[in-house]
Amino acid sequence: MSTELYIAQQIINAVSLGSLYALVAIGLSMIFGILRMTNFAHGDMMMVGAFGTLVLQFMNLGFGWAVLGGIGIGALAGVVVERVAYRPVRGAPEVTLLLTSLAVTYILENLGILIFTSSAQNFPLPEWMDSAFQLFDGQITFTQINLMTVALTAVALGALGWFVTRTDIGLGMRAAAEDMGAANLVGLDVNRLIVVAFAIASGFAGLAGILWAAQAGVVEPHMGFTPLLKAFVAAIIGGFGSIAGALIGGYLLGALEVFIVAFLPSEISPYRDAIVFILLIGFLLFRPNGLLKRSQEVKL
Amino acid sequence: MAKPERARDEAAVAGREPSAAALLEVSDLRVNYGAVAAIRGVNLSVTAGEVVALLGANGAGKSTMLRTISGLSRPRTGRIALEGEAIHRLPPARIVRLGIAHCPEGRRVFGSLTVAENLRLGAAARADRSGMAEDRERIYAMFPILSERMTQAAGTLSGGEQQMLALGRALMARPRVLLLDEPSLGLAPLLVQQIFRTLAELKAGGVTMLLVEQNINLALDLADRAYVLRTGEVSLAGSAAELKADYEAVAAAYLGARP
Repeated sequence: MSTELYIAQQIINAVSLGSLYALVAIGLSMIFGILRMTNFAHGDMMMVGAFGTLVLQFMNLGFGWAVLGGIGIGALAGVVVERVAYRPVRGAPEVTLLLTSLAVTYILENLGILIFTSSAQNFPLPEWMDSAFQLFDGQITFTQINLMTVALTAVALGALGWFVTRTDIGLGMRAAAEDMGAANLVGLDVNRLIVVAFAIASGFAGLAGILWAAQAGVVEPHMGFTPLLKAFVAAIIGGFGSIAGALIGGYLLGALEVFIVAFLPSEISPYRDAIVFILLIGFLLFRPNGLLKRSQEVKL
Repeated sequence: MAKPERARDEAAVAGREPSAAALLEVSDLRVNYGAVAAIRGVNLSVTAGEVVALLGANGAGKSTMLRTISGLSRPRTGRIALEGEAIHRLPPARIVRLGIAHCPEGRRVFGSLTVAENLRLGAAARADRSGMAEDRERIYAMFPILSERMTQAAGTLSGGEQQMLALGRALMARPRVLLLDEPSLGLAPLLVQQIFRTLAELKAGGVTMLLVEQNINLALDLADRAYVLRTGEVSLAGSAAELKADYEAVAAAYLGARP
């Protein structure tokens, strides 16, 4: 097998994994940017989106519609959680917000266990999704799911980019993330911005959950935990609160994980996560605000 | 009257106000910051077309007054009314929509957004969105440097340019009352002059303003009337001409000495 093709294969894997991390990290970062709240329940929106798609498929909806529906259910869940759990404690100390989001995590995951049991459910895919492409006599392989992951992420990111640079609400979200007080002063309806942010963030997480389940072949109530942790790392690398930062952080982390396994001796592979976290700590020592974030002034 | 009257009690000040015709009227306002009383029973009014200066030392409650009018701080008691309608319980976005724009201390432009995007957000709460393009052109004509930097991130502008942008952003709301908090703060003298020339043009164009300013001379040159706040109370009120003619009284009102 030629080295170039091997590298190309790893790049495909890295972009595919990075897309998932970016999708989750962007939402996490977006909500933190506006509310200064670490939303632990964000990972559970992956589970909600994936289960939503599963249920819609059982209801004999076509796969494409089931995916769209799953994204919508994820977005709706985010909006409901914001309204019911987070809005009443808005402005409370950070610890309160943190504990509230942990509570939401437990409630959602246990709800998932109640409805779907704690064992993994098979996540059915249509036949056309379950295929792979092979190039150069099988030296490069990518699955239909890889392709879908990258394509759907690109569409989602493109739409988000358009939204936050071309619409009043999108610009308002960036403005509120930068200076909530000034956003209030120019008359932005902050409640509406927050609802939209939760809808987008949770919809993205829902999409990531569906793609994650499609790759794993199964869906289960705790499926959001590991990706949430990874998204955290990605968002922090990019600068927590920055959308562009989370995007870069997601792809960087995806590349890092894939390349550690691909290019380092195989004895090291089991320590992949440990290496990633050590690198994260080292990185934060030099750039505590991440790649894209300017240092924060305290604003009154 | 020839000499500015020292306000020994609130009723005397309130009695002087042209309350019937007031566009913005603050009555017996009390605001606390935690346990500290920041505003302790202030009456003031601004008539349409008027520029009113709010003077006073640091911590006298000037910024708190503007923040409370904008809805960012809530009064403990008292009333704030715009054309007779109480606004002091409304959320900030509603207050902007009703026509009060606030150009805050320290400029507070959105640094990661471009100049054009900042101006656009200034009009986000505006009820009547027609004429937005003309207003933007007027602001670019007022501050040509802003039109040159239209696509530049606001965070890369100089302090003076950011102040122009903050002012332009507030004007994009086409406010009925413009609240200005320390527009000269931290700017070089030439820029301060330029900002105040613009404010004078706005005044000539009929823009109503409530101006907080450390620079007493500049403020009194621009304003029609002024209030001096000391530790959350009005310690002196009068026409700008009266106050300019009696610096001793102004100084006493700042410092609290009673000659």
